[in-house]
Amino acid sequence: MSMLHIEDLHVSYGAINAIKGISFDVDEGEIIALIGANGAGKTTVLHTITGLVPPKSGSIVFNGTDLTKTPAHKIVSMGMAHVPEGRRIFQQLSVYENLMLGAFTRKDKAEIQESVENVFKRFPRLKERRNQIAGTLSGGEQQMLAMGRALMSHPSIILMDEPSMGLSPLYVSEIFDIIRSVNESGTTVLLVEQNAKKALSIANRAYVLETGNIVLSGDAKELMNNDSVKKAYLGE
Amino acid sequence: MSFIQYLVSGLSLGAIYALIALGYTMVYGIAKMLNFAHGDIIMVGGFTAFTAISSAWCPVWLSVIISIVVCTVLGVVIEKIAYKPLRNAPPLAVLITAIGVSYFLQNAALLIFGSDSKNFPSVVKNAPPFMLVYENSGVKFFTSPVDTADKLLLTISMETFVSIVVSLVIMAALTFFINKTKAGKAMLAVSEDKGAAQLMGINVNATISLTFAIGSSLAAVAGVLMCSSYPLLNPYTGSMPGIKAFVAAVFGGIGSIPGAMIGGILLGVIEQISKAYISSQLSDAIVFMVLIIVLIFKPTGILGKKINEKV
Repeated sequence: MSMLHIEDLHVSYGAINAIKGISFDVDEGEIIALIGANGAGKTTVLHTITGLVPPKSGSIVFNGTDLTKTPAHKIVSMGMAHVPEGRRIFQQLSVYENLMLGAFTRKDKAEIQESVENVFKRFPRLKERRNQIAGTLSGGEQQMLAMGRALMSHPSIILMDEPSMGLSPLYVSEIFDIIRSVNESGTTVLLVEQNAKKALSIANRAYVLETGNIVLSGDAKELMNNDSVKKAYLGE
Repeated sequence: MSFIQYLVSGLSLGAIYALIALGYTMVYGIAKMLNFAHGDIIMVGGFTAFTAISSAWCPVWLSVIISIVVCTVLGVVIEKIAYKPLRNAPPLAVLITAIGVSYFLQNAALLIFGSDSKNFPSVVKNAPPFMLVYENSGVKFFTSPVDTADKLLLTISMETFVSIVVSLVIMAALTFFINKTKAGKAMLAVSEDKGAAQLMGINVNATISLTFAIGSSLAAVAGVLMCSSYPLLNPYTGSMPGIKAFVAAVFGGIGSIPGAMIGGILLGVIEQISKAYISSQLSDAIVFMVLIIVLIFKPTGILGKKINEKV
């Protein structure tokens, strides 16, 4: 059975149907990319999975538990972390305080300390700036902090929403390298990206979302060579 | 009376304003709403303590605790019943509801206690004032009345002393709680971004309840302190200090905890000094004028800051 199974999910904002019955699976150890244009509903899918937006109907089953019946604040302790669009780090708190909030639901102090060390190893720049107020970090550093904060909950799956948005090309490559290495160390990744080329290059499988429907899915390498994907998302 | 005398009484009044302003600013920071019923919690605190003290069996300390408990529960219940259903409603709807709750509390008190002002017994009624006397080129300290009126520097009543000390201790404790404990950090996180806080596993509803609980318990303490210093208690007792504390919170920068403390204390000092040296009738007008002037030059208040979003 897959780690995360989404079945016939519908989400609406008032009269507007944002997600019109999508189903997909994420298996343990994979990187799954969810690509699509602006407004296709990618962010809504992630928000619905972690309970920030209630679904209209359908089910989201994570390791056997239906997340649609779980309060949002209980989801992270089940092993699912979410790096939201626009990072949404706590701007007025320090880097270190942000990381500690990432470990909010964990109790064991020694384990938390170990996670901090791991995050600092992965993001040496965060270690240098541990006492700096997060709002004063650069965009790329804020993205690293958002990822580090998510890793602090020691997740088995991590949802990432547009991690490359607004970053310089140099940072974009760095962020994608980090996503790959996070995955290699055993964390499943569900990646939402407008940068389809980059996303498909690191993903195992991908789903293409168009105005609330999944229109294409399959192996990431194959999708990269798909003519309609090339035309619509890869600019070729 | 000397300038220092006015300053001390201003500090004492300001410390009480600060306690009330903290409730306004914390609730605004977390729930993004102006809780105009907050002032009336002070009145409920006063009446609860008054009723308890008036019954012969209840010692003063217990009365204060009962008053704190009643206000804490009341604050949480008000949030659950009146504000929580409006969490996603337009701000104006919440504001009007808060004004409604304010009238509800005033009218409930009117019904139960009547409109006559009660004479609130001081919580420190048998304690003598401190006196600082300037004598033979040194300052001496007395706790019993002394007949040295010409050399008297300063008299600090027990009420004034207790107000200042209690408020300072509470503010220090609150600062520690917010910055050093997990629950306090959760409050900061929720006040900045509810969604992101939820993703961290923070229970947003529980955090909002906690904020109302803390704010209301501070209002209870403020109510008891204020009624001890200014002993007239009626159903409208809370509204003017409530409004002034709101001004203090805006003055200091609404949403900022140190801002509320500084704003409250400054407001109390300005009020007492202008009462003493300008006009006691105009003191309120002066207080509001100072607010207007501050807001013209610094619209976010003294410690309010604008956060620049970075892409």
